[in-house]
Amino acid sequence: MSEKPFTIESFYEFCKEKKLMAIKCRKCGKVFEPPRILCPKCNSRELEWIELKGEGKLITYTIIHVAPPRFAHLAPYAVGIVELDEGARLPGIIKVDSFKKLRVGMRVKVEFEDESESEEWPQWPRYYFKPVEN
Amino acid sequence: MVILMREPLAAIVSAGLSKFGKLTGKYAREIFAEAFMEALDRCPNLDPRDIEVAFIGQMSGSFEHQEHNAPIILEWLNLPYTEGVRVENACASSGVALKLGTTAIASGLYDVVLVGGVEKMTHRSTPEVTDILAMAADFPLEQWHGLTFPGLYALMAVAHMEKYGTTEEQMALVAVKNHKNALLNPKAHMHKDVTVDKVLSSRVIAWPLKLYDCSLISDGAACIVLTKPELARKYTDTPVYIIGSGQGHDTIGLYARESLTSMRSTKIAAERAYKMAKIEPKDIDVAEVHDCFTIAEIMEYEDLGFCKPGEGGKLVEEGVTWPGGKIPVNMSGGLKAKGHPVGATGAAQAYEIYLQLTGQAGKRQVSNATIGLTHNLGGSGATAVVHIYVRGD
Repeated sequence: MSEKPFTIESFYEFCKEKKLMAIKCRKCGKVFEPPRILCPKCNSRELEWIELKGEGKLITYTIIHVAPPRFAHLAPYAVGIVELDEGARLPGIIKVDSFKKLRVGMRVKVEFEDESESEEWPQWPRYYFKPVEN
Repeated sequence: MVILMREPLAAIVSAGLSKFGKLTGKYAREIFAEAFMEALDRCPNLDPRDIEVAFIGQMSGSFEHQEHNAPIILEWLNLPYTEGVRVENACASSGVALKLGTTAIASGLYDVVLVGGVEKMTHRSTPEVTDILAMAADFPLEQWHGLTFPGLYALMAVAHMEKYGTTEEQMALVAVKNHKNALLNPKAHMHKDVTVDKVLSSRVIAWPLKLYDCSLISDGAACIVLTKPELARKYTDTPVYIIGSGQGHDTIGLYARESLTSMRSTKIAAERAYKMAKIEPKDIDVAEVHDCFTIAEIMEYEDLGFCKPGEGGKLVEEGVTWPGGKIPVNMSGGLKAKGHPVGATGAAQAYEIYLQLTGQAGKRQVSNATIGLTHNLGGSGATAVVHIYVRGD
């Protein structure tokens, strides 16, 4: 569905279009992040891009109080690992109005921040996750 | 006399360690030279010019704005004819250097090899140190989304708590134990007794990890002198033999791992080292493991086979890894309280086991220790190195 090379740069270019993309192996069916040219499960090179629905569950999380310089203004903030419904996993900031709502297993969905305006490398936009409201 | 199950790979005939801590006004090369002087003093029969090659672990040239440290350090050791290689595998740099040194001896190409490690960190501010260390974590996904090293280990801690019911109190006990052990190590960075309450009430760094769950930012250096086993008696009556050496890796990103409560790197490194040494985990008398965070030590008990998966918290609670227990772990005080000058850590662990197996560990000596183990981790576990040692007297 896309001719973009299977690279991390391509992954973030898709994020600019507000698309969360992963690679699917045509041989074994594994869906994985970040993109690369070999299937980490079966070593196949027959791969394709798929667009993820962007929903999944939180499998672990932390609340970072002591942050690196470029994140200091956000602290404390929650970061977790999300297992997307298609099977791939991604880390990301979890935006919640109260940390008390954080639970392993909770449903979350992806959202995208506006394009990074930084002049420095890399100019990658960030995605983040929010709880799915019932 | 110990009956060896296998021929030794290499012999340790001497070792040296600088003071660990805030070594203000000293440069990495100068700190390394201090560690080397101790190794020379311990082994009067060693002519330093016998050293043919040196493998020196150092994580980052960014701290001192200085790469290319192997020839620099050799210059400061006054070893103009020795070959030098700097080894970088994050916090496992000198563990990997030890593996390369052991391999160099076992290959038959070298008779005498120096292995060491160094890091000078404390002249930088904490945010600068955090930023330099973070370079050993995955940049495009983990660093880019605000993860720090405490954050990565916190992700593993929460997964371990969810899966096995491990508690913050059990993690705190690792800190209490290692701080207590460091009180008996004059070279340790921190001499401070802490209680479970003190650990639990210290400020949160990355929940559930608090300040006292984290290892220290330290300066320091360590070195080990290796020879062919058949040459060891020329240098010392009390050699320590390396009988197992294993290395393993896991994915750089935690998100891509098969397990968040166990490290493939440690399991593979341990399996290879045990198999090579022809021993089992139950044979270990004393161990130094990579307690960069308290949860790491608990996971390592499990991955090194000291207990079953999920029982690491219980192991420290029951006293098994305390002084006097079945497997005393981190008698030196560990990274937690002895300190963690990252590039020096793997060699410093080997130094402690060398002291323990030659009866030179002073007040923290484990009685009748015959077989020792070191476990050194890089970053959030993408590299692990395990070595197994036996006393040779």
